[in-house]
Formats: sequence, C-alpha cells, structure tokens
Amino acid sequence: MKYYGRRVAFYAITLWAAVSLNFFIPRMLPGDPAQILIGKLARNGDVTPAVEQNVKLILGGSDEPLWNQYWAYLNNIVHGDLGISVSKYPEPVWDLIKDALPWTLCLVGAATIIAFAIGIVGGAWIGWKRGSAWDHVIPFTALLQSVPYFWLAILLVYFLGMKLGLAPISWGWDVQTYDHPEWSWASIVDVFQHAVLPALTIVLSAVGGWLVGMRNMMVSTLAEDYIVTAEAKGLRPRRVLWVYAVRNAALPSFAGFAVALAFVVSGSLVMEQVFSYPGIGKLMITAVSNADYALMQGVFLLTTVAVLVVNFLMDLIYGYIDPRTRHHG
Amino acid sequence: MSATATRSAGPVSLPSHETYLKGLTPVLTATDVSIDYLVDPPVHAVKNVSLTLHRGEILGLAGESGCGKSTLAYGLNRLLKPPADLASGAVTFHDESGTDIDVLGLSGESLRVFRWDKISMVFQGAMNSLNPVISVKRQLLDVFTTHRPGMPRKQMLAEARELLRMVGVDPNRLDSFAHELSGGMRQRVMIAMALALRPQVMIMDEPTTALDVVVQRGILREIMRLREQFGFAVVFITHDLPLLLEISDRIAVMLQGEIVELNTAADLYERPQHEYTRRLLASFPSLTGDRGAFIRTGETEGVA
Amino acid sequence: MAEHETTGEDVREAHLVTAAATTVDAADVVVDGLPPDLPDAVGDGSLAAAVTGEPATAERPRSRRRDLMPSWSPKLVVGLVITTVIVLFAIIVPFFTLDPNSTDYDGLLKPGEQGHLLGTSAIGNDIWAQLAHGARGSLLIGVTVGVIALALSVVFGIFAGYLGGWADETLSLITNIMLVIPALPLTIVLAAYSSSRSMWLVAGVLGLTAWTGSAIVLRTQARSLRARDYVLAARVAGEKSGRVIAVEILPNLLPLVAAQFLFGVIFAILGEAGLSYLGLGPTDAVTWGTMLYQAQQGSALTLGAWWWFVPPGLLIALLGCGLSLVNFAIDEIINPKLRNVPKATRRVRKARKHEKHAAATTEEAGA
Repeated sequence: MKYYGRRVAFYAITLWAAVSLNFFIPRMLPGDPAQILIGKLARNGDVTPAVEQNVKLILGGSDEPLWNQYWAYLNNIVHGDLGISVSKYPEPVWDLIKDALPWTLCLVGAATIIAFAIGIVGGAWIGWKRGSAWDHVIPFTALLQSVPYFWLAILLVYFLGMKLGLAPISWGWDVQTYDHPEWSWASIVDVFQHAVLPALTIVLSAVGGWLVGMRNMMVSTLAEDYIVTAEAKGLRPRRVLWVYAVRNAALPSFAGFAVALAFVVSGSLVMEQVFSYPGIGKLMITAVSNADYALMQGVFLLTTVAVLVVNFLMDLIYGYIDPRTRHHG
Repeated sequence: MSATATRSAGPVSLPSHETYLKGLTPVLTATDVSIDYLVDPPVHAVKNVSLTLHRGEILGLAGESGCGKSTLAYGLNRLLKPPADLASGAVTFHDESGTDIDVLGLSGESLRVFRWDKISMVFQGAMNSLNPVISVKRQLLDVFTTHRPGMPRKQMLAEARELLRMVGVDPNRLDSFAHELSGGMRQRVMIAMALALRPQVMIMDEPTTALDVVVQRGILREIMRLREQFGFAVVFITHDLPLLLEISDRIAVMLQGEIVELNTAADLYERPQHEYTRRLLASFPSLTGDRGAFIRTGETEGVA
Repeated sequence: MAEHETTGEDVREAHLVTAAATTVDAADVVVDGLPPDLPDAVGDGSLAAAVTGEPATAERPRSRRRDLMPSWSPKLVVGLVITTVIVLFAIIVPFFTLDPNSTDYDGLLKPGEQGHLLGTSAIGNDIWAQLAHGARGSLLIGVTVGVIALALSVVFGIFAGYLGGWADETLSLITNIMLVIPALPLTIVLAAYSSSRSMWLVAGVLGLTAWTGSAIVLRTQARSLRARDYVLAARVAGEKSGRVIAVEILPNLLPLVAAQFLFGVIFAILGEAGLSYLGLGPTDAVTWGTMLYQAQQGSALTLGAWWWFVPPGLLIALLGCGLSLVNFAIDEIINPKLRNVPKATRRVRKARKHEKHAAATTEEAGA
C-alpha cells in the first residue's frame, strides 16, 4: 500500500509540474503572447473586458501579482475550465478536445495494439528460431524505425493513395457525403477506409521496435535455466515457447507497451497533420498555427493527464503480470 | 555390457569392480560418446566416453570444473545447447519393459515423451530452474498434464501435494512463486518435480553445490531415502569427491573429457589407481585426516 | 527494467571474468554448469595440467576480453559506412553546391534538368544544394542535442545512481516527471511561443526533452556498479565522488553511454524533422525537416514533385538506420548472448549438415 501511496503522490506532483509549466512557459519566454492574442481577437471582432481578462489569466500580462494569477489559473484548471479557443472562437477548449479525442484514441490506440501484437509474436518467433535466416530481418527493422513516420505517411499518401488510389488520403471520413459520421454501415466502412493509411503508418513505424526488443529478450530468456528445465521436463515445444519463454521475455515489452499506450494521445501529432485527420494532433497543430495558446495548453495538459492515468493503471495491473513486483513494492 | 568396453585406453578399473557388476542390470549405457564445443577452435569436451549405469545404483561423476562431466550428463539426456554438439557415440536406455531405446535416435515427439518420464534431471542448486513468474503448482502440474493427459485434475493436485510432502516441503507452498522460497526449498521442489513421473534414472548435476551445509545434508539424506523407496538409479555429478565417496556405489573420475578411473567408492578411496585420482583425493584435506570430516563443506560459503 | 538489469549483469560478468582469469584458480571455481555461451567454461584445468604435464593453455579458446572488443560484424560495418558517408556528405558537399536559399532558378525542374542534379523546388531552390546544407543543419542539431542530452543524463542518471540518498531521490523525481510529460507536445509548446527560432534554440528545446530515457538506463547501471568491490574500494580510500565516477564508473559504462548518445542523435534528427514539418523548426537554417516543411507548403505531393519530398526523408531514414545498426552492434557487445547464441546455433546446424552430407556420400560409395 505504501508503494501505491508513493505512486499517487508522484503522479500528483507530475500533474502539478505540467500545469505549472503551462503557466510559466508563456510568461518566461520573450515576447508577449497575450498581446499578440488580443490583437488577433480584436481583428475578428470586439474583445470584451472579460475575454481580455481571461486571455491575460492564461498567458500573463495581467497587472495582478504573479502569485494571484497563478492561483486563479490553478482554480480554473481544477474546475475544468481550460479557456476559450481563439481559432474556433468562441468554442470552449474542452469541447474541441472532446470532439477530437475519440478519433485519435480509436485510430492510434488500435494501431498501437496491432503493432505491439505483431511485434511480440514476430519477435518471439524470430528469437525462438535464433540463428536461422529469420535473424536477417532484424537489421531491416532499423531502417523502418529510422524512417520519420510523417515522411512514411507522405510516401503512403503519394504512392498508395494518389498513384494507386487504394485508400482515401485525408480527413477521418468522406466530408462530401456525410456531415458527420453516422451509424450506418456505409458510413462506418467509410470511416474505416479513412483510417487505413494512418493506421498503416503507425504500425509500420512502431512494429520494428517491438520486434527487435522482443527478439533480443527472447534470445536472453531462452538461455535461462528454467527453459532448459522445461525442455528436460519433456514439455511440448509450443508450451515451452509460449508459457515458459514468451511470458518472461515479454515482461519488459509490457512495460514499454504501457508507455506506448500512454503516449497514444500525443504520439502521432505529425501523422495527423499529413492526413488532416480530425484528432488531437490536428487540433494541436491548428492551435499552433493560429497562435491559439489556450487550445495548445489544453491539449498539452490533456496529453500529460493521459500519460499519468495510463501509467497509474499499469502500476495496478503489473503486479498481476509479474508476481515478483508484488513483494518488492 | 561392461563399462570398460571402449576403443581407446578407457578408464582404469580394479578386478573387484568387475565382481561388483555381476548380477546388476544396466539401465543406461553410453558408448564412445564424444561431445564437441563448436567454437573457434573446436573444443573436445567429452572424448569417446563409455559408461554404464545400473538399476538402482548411484554412480558418482567426479572431476574438477570444466572436465566435461556436466556436458556428458546433458548429452545423456539430449539437452546440449549450441555450441555443444554430440559428435558421435551411442546412448541406449534399457527400459523396465525390456525394450531398448536408442536415445540418440529419438527426435521431436519421441524424445519429448522420453524425457522426464524415463530420465529426469535435477540441476545445479544455484540455477534458476524454476520459472520466476509461474507458480510452483503450475510448473509441477505441467509435468502431469503433458505426460499423463488422462489423469483427473484432482488426482494431479493430490499427487503434487504428496510429492512436496515427500521432499519435506509444506504442501501449502504449492501456490508459491520461486522468489518466495529459500534456495534449499527451491531445490527440494525441483527434486519433487524430478520424482513426479517415477523415472528410472535421475541425473543430478551439482544439486547441492550452492546450498549451505545443513541444508545440503538434509537434501542429500532426502535423496538417499527416496532412492531407497523408489529404486531409481542416480548419476550424481559433483566436484565434491568426499561427498561422492559417502553416497555413491561407484565413482567415475573424469579428466579433460575422459573417464580415467572407474571403481567402487570404497576401492577408489582405499586404492586409487590413477595418478589424477590420488591428486584429487589429496586435494581434500579432510580425507587425509588433517581435519574433521565436516570442514570441507565450509567451502560452499560465499557462493549462495 | 529487467532488460537493463540483464545488460548490467553482463557488464559485471565481463568484468569479473577478466578478474577471474588472473586471480582465481580454475579448480576453485565451484560452479560447473553446462557452459551456456562462453567457451572458457570448458576451462583450462590447472590441476589437470599439473598431472598430465600438458600446457594449460593448449586448448584454451579465445579469451572473453577479446570478445568484448568491437568485432567487425556486418551490422557494424554497414552502419559505420552509412553514417560516415552521410557525415562526409554534410561536411564536404556544401562547399561545392549552389546557394540553397537562392530562388533564381526555374521552379519545379525535374532531376537533371538545366544542370540541377535533383531538380528544383516550386519556388526555384536547388534541391541538391538544400539537401547538402540540410545535412549540415540536421547533423549539427543532432550532435548538439546528443551532447546536451548526454550531459543531462550523466548528471541525472549516473550521479543519481552513484550518490544515492536524497540526491538520488530528487534527481530521480525530476527525471521521472520529465519522462512522463510527453516530449513532442512539450517541444511544440516551447517552440510555439518563440516567433524566431535559431538552430541553437531548437537544439536546446529538443535537448531538454531527449535525456530522460538515457538517464534511467544509466542510473540503473550506476547503482549496480556502486556496489562493486573496486568501486567500494575507491570510496573507502577516500576518493572524491566525481573522480570515482570519472575513473571507475564511466569507463565501465562506455558502450552504454555511446549507445545512449547515438539514440540521442537519432531522436534529435527525427524530432527536428517533426517540429520543422509543423512549421516550428529553425528559421535561420536549412535542415532536412525544413525541406519537408517547404515541400508540404508548396504542395509537392499534389504536384507530384517526388524529388522534393523523397530525398530529405530518405537521408533521415538512412542516417537513422546507420546509427541504429551501430547501436545493434554495441548491444551485442554489452550483451554477448545476443551474438553468441545465434552464432553457435548456426555452427552446430552446419556441422549437422556436413555430417549428413558425409553419411550420404559414404552410403552412396558403399552401394
């Protein structure tokens, strides 16, 4: 229990650090983001004193002492008030995030899981067949891993999308046919089709890492004494592989998987830009290119919270995957 | 089926050794076994070794580290891992049923079925023979589910508990994981596991080396008692010659991949024939009467 | 974590083996298991040698120490060649190209047209010139970030692991916080607030987020090294912490530190490309990332100007691949199992094949 107490305290501190970074970065950097923003707002129409106050609260430049500003800012965050978006004025930041989040979660989440599954199974197999021709696959994964994933996305768009016309190349659904995705078969198929290339991008760029990591752990694990014992026991090779070797070898990868899942929300910002996919990444980029700082801070905060939540869940689950941690905690 | 039947010079044996062998039935015969390590340059770890193990006997395999004794034992059970390679020779298992099994001819499924059922192994005490993330119960039951698929689960559980009781471990430890057991207990669990299918041969590779003296004694006593009870033959491998003298019927002394002397334990102690055996005996002060019989076991300190 | 502990074990093991070779008599080595991967487990048998009069070293295989040296594996060679070629490209070629920022040429020339090796962009930049200067920019940022990240990870990793106690608690807390705060969004936020960004600012921003993983790995290793006899001896002798770290700990972690540095460089080059692609890259330099950004801004995709967006990405991928291959080779040095086990398997399989072949030919001869 002491262990979990420590973890919770750690997550609280981290959350506070992220919130504070959000508060202090615009105030520490040269230039006056608040004035830029108010200027921008003024171009779109009248800026009420309330809005101006709100902007200064988020970005600084208010006459209030820093300490008071900080408290007001914390207070807003605690009440779930992330401010008003400028680029989609006057939508609250939170509403924009709520609309974008499911797209990213489904697409990147599913792709991450697929990449992990392929990597673990493939890595286990190559490790099991160590010394065979399969080993030559390993160096090629280095190439896959080193490809900038948004560039890979560009290539997929260009060759598979534009040259071969295999899949749609932008947005999350066919905007010419539907205003919004519907619960109809055609619409669902349409959404899936739009997810093909983005998902392929993520899987291709992520699978190599899992594959190599798992293969290397497999080679180490197969040299363990308990594997020799399992073989001496006359267990079926399949059982030795999956029950005695893979489970142990996959433990570090599971920890890595938790990290990958945690970064699902933030992990593919640039990819979403290439596909104009209506997720969190696209939202962040819209925010950046329109100097919509409230939206930017909101997304940053959300990505951090996502990481913390998944990490905490993983802390809880890991004890069941690896019995050793139950006691050392 | 004489143990001395080899091509090359072969081990030195006294006539009394021949006498001793009369009336014994062989259970495992190795003929001209050679094992190489395919490194650069190749190392001949075991050279044309012939050896016969008889029903119910304890055969000690002595020699210093690197003499090839463990390699030989692993070879008998076909557990060699690259770069080790069994280059030539024959290993025959003489089953209770009267059929002879060519161990080196086994492969795949037939080898798998043979293992543990006929020959089981107990590995070095210092080794992590138990998988750290699977419970003792599951690792024990695995033996039954694989080799005795027809057995009802209830009976398997009862057997598992009984096995633990036999080796002196609380049956409630069944749900434990390796890290929750002491070194001695882990080794007892491994012995219980080795016993599970009532094999005719048990190969023990330094089973007590890393354990402290008292635990070591307890486990040895347990092994002797179980052997009495079930009548399996044991190949006992250790560098600890005094220990072998105490528990073995016969002892084979290995030197650089060859068995240089093979005699009954009493002969080996009283009338060592080979120069190397004499050296080996002399290197244990307790045997030359300088110190008490228990001192030698102190050498295990710092290993556990 | 287990992964790191494994490598730690092997670093330690390797060290012990060199020590054992000089001080421990083979007869005193208690454990005689199946030699798993090291040929020297077959031993030199000094006692045996005394009896038979054979020289103990006659059969002794290559020492472990030699196995620790970088062996020229194909991975290492290919990795080094790729990396060297790209580095030389970045150093030498920019002296001989046109001005990468000049827009005096016709737009969207195909490769080879009007003497432009890789054609031109929509606004008339020479792509070959941009590629060469971009190599310089990307590599400079990569190396800078690598150095920054290395320095930070040594402080937050090795010092934390070695010092222990409160220093460790504090440094580790900072590391862990930085580890869970998503790096890319943080760099985006940092970069977005500054309207003009020099190359050094971008490198600094990336460096601030690139060190955490390395710090964790190094800390684990430093912690395990701290308990080693020779480190304890140095501490008892009153050596200063800084000196112990520099003399006793860092040399032992050298392969690992090198690997972390290379990771840092890869991370930085990829990170810079990502930032630049979003329009947040350096405003005063050409990099492969800014090339991709311009390609996207200039609708290179819809125009079908593949010579514009393919080369920079390809070079990033090649460089990353080269550095990764070097890292694989380092991995195999740190953890010899990765190399020895597959190699041994291949050897035995080969021997089996030969035997079968030999048996087949003798049979034929007999028949």
